[in-house]
Amino acid sequence: MRQIWLNCAGARCCEEMFTDFFYILREKGVPVSITEWMTLMEALDKGLADSSLERFYYLARSILVKSESYYDHYDLAFEEYFRKVGDLSQLREELPGSKLVLEIREELLRWLNDPINGINLSEEEIEKLPRMELYELLDLFRRRLAEQTGRHDGGNKWIGTGGTSPFGNAGQNPAGIRVGGVSRGRSAIRMAHQRRYQNLRSDLTLDVRQIKVALKRLRLLARSGPEDELDLEETIDATCKNAGEIELVFTKSRKNIIKLLLLIDVGGSMTPYAQLCSRLFSAANSLSHFKDFRYFYFHNCIYDHLYTDMARRKKFGIREFFRTFDREYRVIIVGDAWMAPSELTNRYGAIDYEDVSETPGIVRLREIREHFDHVVWLNPEKRDIWERKSIAMIREIFPMFELTLDGLDEAVRELVGRR
Amino acid sequence: MSTFNKFFGTEKYIASESLRNAVNVAIALGRPLLVKGEPGTGKTLLAHSIAKALGKRLIVWNIKSTTKAKDGLYVYDTVQRLNDSRFGDRDISDIKQYIRLGKLGEAFVSDEQVVLLIDEIDKADLEFPNDLLNELDEMSFYIHETGETIKAKHRPIVIITSNSEKELPDAFLRRCIFHYIEFPDREMMEEIVRVHFPGIEENLLKEALKKFYRLRKIESLKKKPSTSELLDWIQVLLASGVSHHRLKSELVFPGVLLKNEADLAQLRGSEVL
Repeated sequence: MRQIWLNCAGARCCEEMFTDFFYILREKGVPVSITEWMTLMEALDKGLADSSLERFYYLARSILVKSESYYDHYDLAFEEYFRKVGDLSQLREELPGSKLVLEIREELLRWLNDPINGINLSEEEIEKLPRMELYELLDLFRRRLAEQTGRHDGGNKWIGTGGTSPFGNAGQNPAGIRVGGVSRGRSAIRMAHQRRYQNLRSDLTLDVRQIKVALKRLRLLARSGPEDELDLEETIDATCKNAGEIELVFTKSRKNIIKLLLLIDVGGSMTPYAQLCSRLFSAANSLSHFKDFRYFYFHNCIYDHLYTDMARRKKFGIREFFRTFDREYRVIIVGDAWMAPSELTNRYGAIDYEDVSETPGIVRLREIREHFDHVVWLNPEKRDIWERKSIAMIREIFPMFELTLDGLDEAVRELVGRR
Repeated sequence: MSTFNKFFGTEKYIASESLRNAVNVAIALGRPLLVKGEPGTGKTLLAHSIAKALGKRLIVWNIKSTTKAKDGLYVYDTVQRLNDSRFGDRDISDIKQYIRLGKLGEAFVSDEQVVLLIDEIDKADLEFPNDLLNELDEMSFYIHETGETIKAKHRPIVIITSNSEKELPDAFLRRCIFHYIEFPDREMMEEIVRVHFPGIEENLLKEALKKFYRLRKIESLKKKPSTSELLDWIQVLLASGVSHHRLKSELVFPGVLLKNEADLAQLRGSEVL
């Protein structure tokens, strides 16, 4: 039934056709490399896509996409590309007169128009069903919805489940509107369209485990602790010097020497991000691989004190802070950096009475920047609003990253890099 | 039958269509297959199932945090040689006897094609996968001490699992076929339970799955129950002869499903029971 078009001889025509797909994938943010693309061509050449688009969907995904966090990007690209291929006029321009193109187009159109569960109906039956253009459908849909008062299953008119009315869920009308629910079809574009992998995207959300994975990369190894590892080279040397009498030499094992400070903005505009921050905190706290991990809280900006508790009652003076923590500490500041510019620049500009200080916040922030070798600022607000005055000012002082998995990765790279 | 569609899963291992495809693509192209997925979705079992379905020997290389890439190729037992040199029991000029092949080496010299499972590759050092690039590409390596090159007689089918504890390097990923095993949906889970417990009563199965998926929906659980826990649970249900009526009204043996004390405590407070 399905035509064999994905494994046509030599795959040359396919290659030309598919190159667009490659660029759409990259445009959607899937990091596809030429190596992987050539592997896909090799696979198509071997006929591994068999004859179905569904197979092709899986084949291309397993070769081109290397992380579940890009499955959603892939679905979007797949849908976009193959919907485009379905558009005949555009294809004619691209490859005039090609028979293959017509075949693909027919294949796709049949496939798009024919819901899987339509198999239960014969061709003639399907022909008999009323077909309408989209605008007609939408119009009728609205009218039906207005008329209809209750739940409906089966039948050929009302919106409901099953049946042959063009409206509803899991029905059999070849052109129709699906109302929510779960699609029964499993064809590739539909699968792509469902976007099942949406919540695996890494640029959207973060859970504790993901943060841990990111923070685990925050490490620098150095030899420390008891001498409990056999140093083979030294042992051989020593043994030789000892005229063949075995002399064992031990050395210290390698451990992470990173010390981490986490400064978290709490209260006010950070409230919506409280959960995100607490995830970051619990990830860092439960990772035992830092040499030292300490955390403090502040509100909006840092003045004369930091706080050791979230309610901001227990103060920790900034001088003592600088004394206690040397420049080796890696510092992550989490905050939206969004405040009235006066809170940063003015003397006595702090929003909280307790925080009011003669030194403007921006001076303190610069001091922090100067004191430590590595400081990053993680901002839960989207990059779009980073042009705002206070955020822009703070960005001039600290390298700022979004509080997403990608942003966290970049921040970690910054923290272990050389300044 | 073409050479492509080799793997269909086994009696006891139900593979989804996309997984079957990924496995077959990896076999046909001779590339390693990298498998990720929630714990308990059968990543490790996949390799066992492939070996069984294709009638091949399985070699398992379990990766630990201390594993070095070289361990998989060969180990030169210098200490043994040094020791022998002291007492002169063996001819120590023959270095070959102190070279021990690792799991990868073992797979290469095997007389027939084998399935090689590199389990939990993300446990090792970050650079670990990079150190294996060449060996997996060319399927050969060089033993410096003896000047010997070990080349794969038959390209092994390489299955690599990862729990994404660390991210894998891009250069490594580019060479792999990738598949993410999703948590099975209810339909597939029914199938999975049935192959393990063929005689299970319909009502009991339905009720058990209903309870199971409802549990998994609780976002705040520290560790969501997985397939293996479900199978254990059903075994307990069958062994104790709990009827589906009783199961309907209470969640029996919750300890089999939830392994975390806080989760259990939370469950007692909620209405799922």
